Amino acid sequence: MYSFQLPEFIIDRAADRCIRCRVCERQCANKVHSYDAELDRMFSGEKDCVGCQRCVVLCPTLALNVRPRTSDYRPNASWTRDKMQNLKKQAQTGGVILTGSGNDKPYRIYWDHLVLNASQVTNPSIDPLREPMELKTYLGRKPDSVKITRCADGFEVETESFPNVAIPTPLVFSAMSYGAISYPAYLSLAAAAKELGTLFNTGEGGLPEHMRREYGGNAIVQCASGRFGVDADYLNNAQIIEIKIGQGAKPGIGGHLPGEKVLANISETRMIPIGTDALSPAPQHDIYSIEDLSMLIYALKEASNYEKPVSVKIAAVHNVAAIASGIVRAGADIVAIDGFRGGTGAAPQTTRDNVGIPLELALAAVDKRLREEGIRNKCSIMVAGGIRCSADAIKAIALGADGVYVGTAALIAMGCTLCQKCYTGKCNWGITTQDPFLIKRLNPELTTQRLVNLMQAWSHEIQEMLGGMGINAIESLRGNRDHLRGIGLEDWELNVLGVKGAGE
Amino acid sequence: MGKVVVKPEVCIGCHLCEVWCAVAHSKSKNIIKAFLYEDTKPLPRVIVEENLPVTFAWQCRHCQEPDCVTACISGALTKNPVSGHVEHDSSKCVGCYSCVLTCPYGSILINEQKREIIKCDLCAGLETRYCVSHCPNEALIYVED
Ligand code: SF4
Ligand code: SF4
Ligand code: SF4
Ligand code: SF4
Repeated sequence: MYSFQLPEFIIDRAADRCIRCRVCERQCANKVHSYDAELDRMFSGEKDCVGCQRCVVLCPTLALNVRPRTSDYRPNASWTRDKMQNLKKQAQTGGVILTGSGNDKPYRIYWDHLVLNASQVTNPSIDPLREPMELKTYLGRKPDSVKITRCADGFEVETESFPNVAIPTPLVFSAMSYGAISYPAYLSLAAAAKELGTLFNTGEGGLPEHMRREYGGNAIVQCASGRFGVDADYLNNAQIIEIKIGQGAKPGIGGHLPGEKVLANISETRMIPIGTDALSPAPQHDIYSIEDLSMLIYALKEASNYEKPVSVKIAAVHNVAAIASGIVRAGADIVAIDGFRGGTGAAPQTTRDNVGIPLELALAAVDKRLREEGIRNKCSIMVAGGIRCSADAIKAIALGADGVYVGTAALIAMGCTLCQKCYTGKCNWGITTQDPFLIKRLNPELTTQRLVNLMQAWSHEIQEMLGGMGINAIESLRGNRDHLRGIGLEDWELNVLGVKGAGE
Repeated sequence: MGKVVVKPEVCIGCHLCEVWCAVAHSKSKNIIKAFLYEDTKPLPRVIVEENLPVTFAWQCRHCQEPDCVTACISGALTKNPVSGHVEHDSSKCVGCYSCVLTCPYGSILINEQKREIIKCDLCAGLETRYCVSHCPNEALIYVED
């Protein structure tokens, strides 16, 4: 059927700069550019351009300019161009509109309405370059109280302690599975986590056997509804085991890795035949209640000899606080909350853009509820979904988070430009593709370094901001909402966030 | 004495090494001027071999015992005893292409515009080795022997 779609991007090529080197042509997996030898000219077929900017960045003469083609239809606040384009696409195909990355709709971003405090006169600020500034974070259940007895050579802790994982910074890499992302991307996350002493999350695609020994010590391994790649060795090599109930980008929806992406290594890691679709059901089929969840939590603890914290990851949805309370009571040591701006390799656009709630509100609600119920110490809270900079991360910690998952930001550090075409398998940046030609675009040595640099930069910034507040350890900021004030927020929003308005 | 070594596993086949090698050996060293306005078309001394998905850039190995030097009938090709580089003196080159036939790596290229050969000189006289410093994925590295 003839497509009534408008091209989404315009490509300008400056004729007085283009040297016809064909670099752009070779870099575009969407085959947008072509060279005509007869005319010695480059052409561009704009309709397949996804605006990933790969060609623009690689063009040695900066001859290219790729920009969105906007306002082609008569402007209409209700029938926006996006709405009309999608509608036309569906009229043509009859299918669900797929997309990648995170929710891009202009919902309120609460991070941008929260400001931090700083010390003036009455309490001194601290210079992190001169004085110790502790970012060390412990993930896992903490005892209700600690009983210490005096003995001949000092003290002895009587209270039974629970497995905790210590990391030098509250920042860890989000769940991204091998299969959804390429091997070099996955390896870079693991290697960067190792270099930093922090953690990466395997996502639901397993951990390749040859990586287990080297990177298991920095891995959070997921056990999701598809149970891909789960065996005793996988669990026991990890630091933390995470049960994935939901994902912020697509609450209530499962996953689908198309068979074309299930190549030999991925099939081996996921423990499924080559070329079969990897389907993760929407629910975990053995979990229909908090009691069922508890059984899985303890099954995993049993399988790992009660040596590892077990995390439960849920999408931020309406009654997230009550759900989190149930999860803690079911025995989870960590609750991970994924907000609706979290990313995905593939999701129906309508779900991505309309289901779930903002992480900021979910986090504040969960932290408050667990405190009120007196069970906040029984779990660590990890947050994910739309953490864009160190300021977002530190605000999350002040709202009650223990650890902060960094996902989309890590992809951007590797090259991602949020073109949202992850689901096509043709990622021009070599990240969400399994094409052997495209994955070479990530040199793991370089991407690992970029990821390490990013996390170090953020950690330094967090130290600076902590010092400004006169705090010398991140522990003292956890859930300390007195250090936050809201700007431009309604009463109900301030109330849910548990912060005062600026000036109060 | 050293040479440029390739890492095929991270070569993305962009051919930027070729582009910048040509610039390095142009008159102006300005990429746009060299390609669009100079009289002679700038030519690279490095060639990207392709059999997708495999790609890698390849240039003169500056051999210990270079066949090309032995084969050269006019004395245009010599091995510099100090630097170890295999150098080409174009004023002596007669364009017989004996070296082209003997180089086991196919690293000697022909400049049709002048009937002489061109080869990698490791960017002698320039601040950096252009193919190495311009490779966006660090797929080319210079190693001392
Ligand atoms: S990469 Fe730039 S200079 Fe090269 S052909 Fe494309 S537009 Fe022209
Ligand atoms: S899809 Fe990306 S690489 Fe291709 S033309 Fe568009 S911006 Fe350039
Ligand atoms: S510039 Fe680097 S990545 Fe590009 S073709 Fe040359 S060696 Fe390969
Ligand atoms: S041109 Fe060929 S034979 Fe001569 S030194 Fe280089 S690689 Fe060796």
